[in-house]
Amino acid sequence: MSVLDPDHAGPVPTAHRAGLIGCHSCGRVWPAEHQRCNRCGAHLKPPDRRGLQAVWAWWLAGLIAYIPANVFPMMRTQTFAGLAGNSEATIIGGVIELIHHGSYDIAIIVFVASIIVPVGKFIAIAWLATVAGRPATIEQAHMRLKVYEVVEFIGRWSMIDVFVVAILSALVQLGFVASIHPGPAAVSFAVSVAFTMLSAQSFDARLIWRGLPLRSKSD
Amino acid sequence: MDDREQGYDLSTGQGLIACPRCDALHVEEEMDPGETARCIRCASVLAKPRDGAFAQLIALSFTSMVLLVGAVFFPFLEVSTMGFGNASSLFDVALAFAEGVLLPLVLAVLAMIIGLPIARAFLLVYTLAPLAQGRAPYRHAARAFRWSEIMRPWSMAEIFVIGTAVALVKVAGLATVQLGPAFWAFCALIFVNLASRAFMCQTSIWDAIEDAGLRTEFDDASRPEAGG
Ligand SMILES: [Zn+2]
Repeated sequence: MSVLDPDHAGPVPTAHRAGLIGCHSCGRVWPAEHQRCNRCGAHLKPPDRRGLQAVWAWWLAGLIAYIPANVFPMMRTQTFAGLAGNSEATIIGGVIELIHHGSYDIAIIVFVASIIVPVGKFIAIAWLATVAGRPATIEQAHMRLKVYEVVEFIGRWSMIDVFVVAILSALVQLGFVASIHPGPAAVSFAVSVAFTMLSAQSFDARLIWRGLPLRSKSD
Repeated sequence: MDDREQGYDLSTGQGLIACPRCDALHVEEEMDPGETARCIRCASVLAKPRDGAFAQLIALSFTSMVLLVGAVFFPFLEVSTMGFGNASSLFDVALAFAEGVLLPLVLAVLAMIIGLPIARAFLLVYTLAPLAQGRAPYRHAARAFRWSEIMRPWSMAEIFVIGTAVALVKVAGLATVQLGPAFWAFCALIFVNLASRAFMCQTSIWDAIEDAGLRTEFDDASRPEAGG
């Protein structure tokens, strides 16, 4: 790969400025009026702020699903002899329980994966979608792209707690002393994570660069 | 136009590549294996062809298929409590949940840890097997590879391993839980995925599909290519 037009000291040539459209899936470039990439079949989307509607829609759906995920129990535990009694634990309740058991490292993993990461993700996506397409310096654009890449990478890891509940409820099939059932929060939490992943995927990183001034000061 | 002589065409986009992260235009060039091309503006990796990458990716895909099939049928966890010992595979667990209200959750979990990884491995072999032998790709190669890329963030074997570890700590005081071969298959899968990521270069694969002369099913969907 090489720079298009290396001698010319103007702004970075982009597909959009050249009247072309780049495929977000395979990178191939087509005339701007093309609807679909002939190489990979993906729909071609111009980098404009209209695409942010999908981001906000998934974001809101994820936020709505995140509320019951915190209010209702993740799982219900019943001990057969009633030794430890019956208990219901929400996400935060589960973390507190782990701290009481003294497993601080696992408590931190669950707390980060189920609370810090989802909340941070909601804030980060909302911020990115708000500032996308607004004027920015090159440094700001690099920072925004970094934030987006972190959100994209880390979002899936919130699923840890769903897998924990799934494994624990499966243990009962193995003749475990207690019976553990997933609560409604397990489902809504899984749904919330999926929606925020879709929200992050709908965000078009090219918008971050649209707000840059056309020419840098050195021109 | 002298654009054509340089190997690209600014009116049709032929020979150009746009960075998916920032839209900066680049001229496509032959690269030597081992090189990494980065976007001039945002520094995202555009291409990183590796020697023999297709053959490696096929081998790694077959490895993960074998591991995943093993992960379904071999015992995953073994619990011994009050003298009882009981080993169970994911297949047994899934059957036990087959008639509950939780079926959708169980299906979603199984899809993320087994279904999608197997499907991805299969799609990748389908795409790359003819290309590695220098033959024309199968008819749906483009669609297959695009779907395998769409599935990538949703296959979560490595997250499942961490989830299992957390679950084991939670029950540590209540019973003795031993890890079965299926758990170790998942651990091995993490390393297979890491190796696969090192060899994966989407740009090279798309170029190979195109250069091998795939008549895509999308051609009639949009207008004919100028000069194509
Ligand atoms: Zn494409």
